Amino acid sequence: MPKLIVNDKEIEIEEGLTVLQACEQAGAEIPRFCYHEKLSIAGNCRMCLVEMEKSAKPIASCATTATEGMNIKTNTLKVEKARKNVMELLLANHPLDCPVCDQGGECDLQDQSMFYGLDLSRFTEKKRSVKKKYMGPLIKTEMTRCIHCTRCIRFATEVAGIDEIGAIGRGEDMQITTYLEKAMESELSANVIDLCPVGALTSKPYAFEARPWELKNTETIDVMDAVGSNIRVDTYGWEVKRILPKINEDINEEWISDKTRYACDGLLKQRLDKPYIRENGKLIKSNWTDAVQLVINKIKNTKPSQIAGFIGDLVDLESMYIFKKFFNKSLNSTNLEFRNEKRYLNPDERINYLFNSTINGIEEADLILLIGTNPRQEAAILNARIRKSYVKNKIKIYSIGDPGELTYPYEIIGHDTSVIKDIIEGSHHVSLKIKNSEKPLIIIGESILNSDAAEYIFKSIKNFLTKNDKINPNWNSFNILTQRASNVGAMDLGLYKITKKDNYEVLNKLNNNEFKLIYLLGADELKFNKKDEFIIYQGSHGDKGASIADVILPSAAYTEKDGYYVNLEGRIQKAFKASYPPGESKEDWEIINNISQFLNKRLDIINKFDLETKLIKSNNLYSKESYITKEKNSSEINQSKIPFINSKLEIKQIDYYFTNPICRASKTMLECKTVKNNFKLTGTEG
Amino acid sequence: MSIKKISKEQPEFFKFSEENLNKAKKIISKYPTEKQASAVMPLLYLVQGQNENWIPLVAMKYIAKFLNIPYIRVYEVATFYSMFNLSPVGKYFVQVCTTTPCMIRGAYKIVDVCKEKICENQKELSKDNIASWTEVECLGACVNAPMMQINDDYFEDLDKEKTEEIIEMILNDKQPKPGSYRNRKSAEPENKRTTLLNIKNA
Repeated sequence: MPKLIVNDKEIEIEEGLTVLQACEQAGAEIPRFCYHEKLSIAGNCRMCLVEMEKSAKPIASCATTATEGMNIKTNTLKVEKARKNVMELLLANHPLDCPVCDQGGECDLQDQSMFYGLDLSRFTEKKRSVKKKYMGPLIKTEMTRCIHCTRCIRFATEVAGIDEIGAIGRGEDMQITTYLEKAMESELSANVIDLCPVGALTSKPYAFEARPWELKNTETIDVMDAVGSNIRVDTYGWEVKRILPKINEDINEEWISDKTRYACDGLLKQRLDKPYIRENGKLIKSNWTDAVQLVINKIKNTKPSQIAGFIGDLVDLESMYIFKKFFNKSLNSTNLEFRNEKRYLNPDERINYLFNSTINGIEEADLILLIGTNPRQEAAILNARIRKSYVKNKIKIYSIGDPGELTYPYEIIGHDTSVIKDIIEGSHHVSLKIKNSEKPLIIIGESILNSDAAEYIFKSIKNFLTKNDKINPNWNSFNILTQRASNVGAMDLGLYKITKKDNYEVLNKLNNNEFKLIYLLGADELKFNKKDEFIIYQGSHGDKGASIADVILPSAAYTEKDGYYVNLEGRIQKAFKASYPPGESKEDWEIINNISQFLNKRLDIINKFDLETKLIKSNNLYSKESYITKEKNSSEINQSKIPFINSKLEIKQIDYYFTNPICRASKTMLECKTVKNNFKLTGTEG
Repeated sequence: MSIKKISKEQPEFFKFSEENLNKAKKIISKYPTEKQASAVMPLLYLVQGQNENWIPLVAMKYIAKFLNIPYIRVYEVATFYSMFNLSPVGKYFVQVCTTTPCMIRGAYKIVDVCKEKICENQKELSKDNIASWTEVECLGACVNAPMMQINDDYFEDLDKEKTEEIIEMILNDKQPKPGSYRNRKSAEPENKRTTLLNIKNA
């Protein structure tokens, strides 16, 4: 461990750190533009100059490795003068348009020029001006402001895995652009906006909407996919203006997907703000008293066995908990289901539906096998981790089924279940590789769980891994990639009905039209032929569920309530209220609690706090926030007992920008989808 | 130097000729496996040789696929180096050096001749598409300043009249004689040697 002196203070640091990192550890802040913790080192902005003993010139601290015996000074006159000169040169070509620049208030250049900027410019020459570049519907460019830090290029190449941004020309005329100004085709593209230290790349949908100091910030959890990215929601009054990533090294690091970031304009559109009742085939605006009364009458006149409840993709734990209680206690019904299609589920153990290796664990993996999944679309942030792991360790990645374009090279080893049979029996070359590897990572996607061979694949893969000791307390290589924010929580709380004979009892009954009363708790993706069922839809957006409903009970969206979510690793996280529900809409638990009161079958929930406490107590897994289970060894089953089913494995392409009601209401998501489709039609290949 | 303009008229198709394909393969074989990307510059130069001294976009894509690297990486290199032309140039491509030594010795007189005889603007084709001219940075022949380069040859020790002569010849599709136009032997002094007299073969 090298020891060095920073500003007369001796510190001991880890091997391989840069001088900049060492200075930070010693408590000296270094200004920088091009350096970023998560990207490779470029060393081209020269803002991080520090003085080193025995060096005639100041050194770029970000690009110098800290070594034994260095004597660094960061606060001398020489350093200040060097930085001032660098800043003066950066500002020589930077326009003075801060008043009309969206970066104003959170601009690195603006902030740092407060300390290092000169009060007047000595340059009388003309400033350079650069044409705006098109980078897609999310990124607004003003390339005159660019200071050539190349963070965006490095992000696209290293993290997003799409080599589409580059620097053309040279010297003063260097320009950042995508190849022939095509839209950036990545699910993580908008992260370059956060990375840009100046206002060259700003957010297009958020252009001229607000200034950062006018916004109220709330740190919360994303629900667009099951990853549970940590986000910061910025609101202006009721309106959610923008969503930014919040750093969580265990989940999303510093990135969020474009859907997470830009579906927020969907929170303003298509909102249900009043209860509706269907009269003569038309939905008529109503009020809470009438709507609840109608619901209660229907419940009273229907046999409990004919009532079913379905849970949507974005529902929080509290709502699900009270919904289950409401069904079991107030309605005496157990017909609950969170799956929207026939997806195989084995709830015997908790590891059966989790991403057990954890997102952080991906970086340790030495082999990855994707079975019927396209992580790029199903969990973009998780995909970025796989890419990181690939870049770091050059691991081999195999896929069963064709996932299409991913951001790292992979090898397709088959398209049907016979490959899985070969692997399990040991006759496939990948089989041996899995056995020999220390930390393999097997990811099973929903496309598989939806297929006929789901049970076979699920059980035999798990069995194979157990047999070879790949599921143990130190490393669990068995992973299920869930796509929906509510699903893991629903499985934890038991919002499904599985009998020995029938894995999909409620769904089968639904398709046979055996229910008379259907309660949709934010469930929009359910596909069935409606006959004479009475449908109650409780949710935030006027989408598929609301269009078939007979009564609509408006409720809050994910930014408008406190609530717990469990992500695909089984990590419980709390989302906080950033805004409030529009119009007359209420939080889900309140609505359900009300109905139970009017039914005279009150649940013993006093208030939200009481509900939260009871929820946390109900499941000892939830006693600690951000808790991840380390399950014990799983027991082996006899392989011969699992019947082999031969079927083709196809990976269902999901409509990435349109997966839930909030995205579907979002104008930005529609634009992204259009651009992506046009891309496919015209093609980028020459 | 401003950023290069990319021609609006682009060919639809590009492919290496048989001869160039072999050359390209030979060039790539000089680099370690998985480092073929390093061959991008010689390959771009090959393209330029095959395609009338300029590189169309399809050729950049062709090379990107040839070397298995992203398009933008080829595009970056092609826009960086001034010796890669991204729009058509004349059969006779005149590059006039205007860096300090040449400038002091009257490079702008040559520029004026080019403007008058070839085309008002640099990097544009003359009327009959036979020639085009551009200002460039130092070509490393300062001793023989002012000078210009036409295709692969240097024309040195120029003045206004001699430049006019040369340009007139190329406009009539005749190959002028390269080298010094004041009868100097490469970079030697014009009359008698005044230094290094005691060395015979200096």
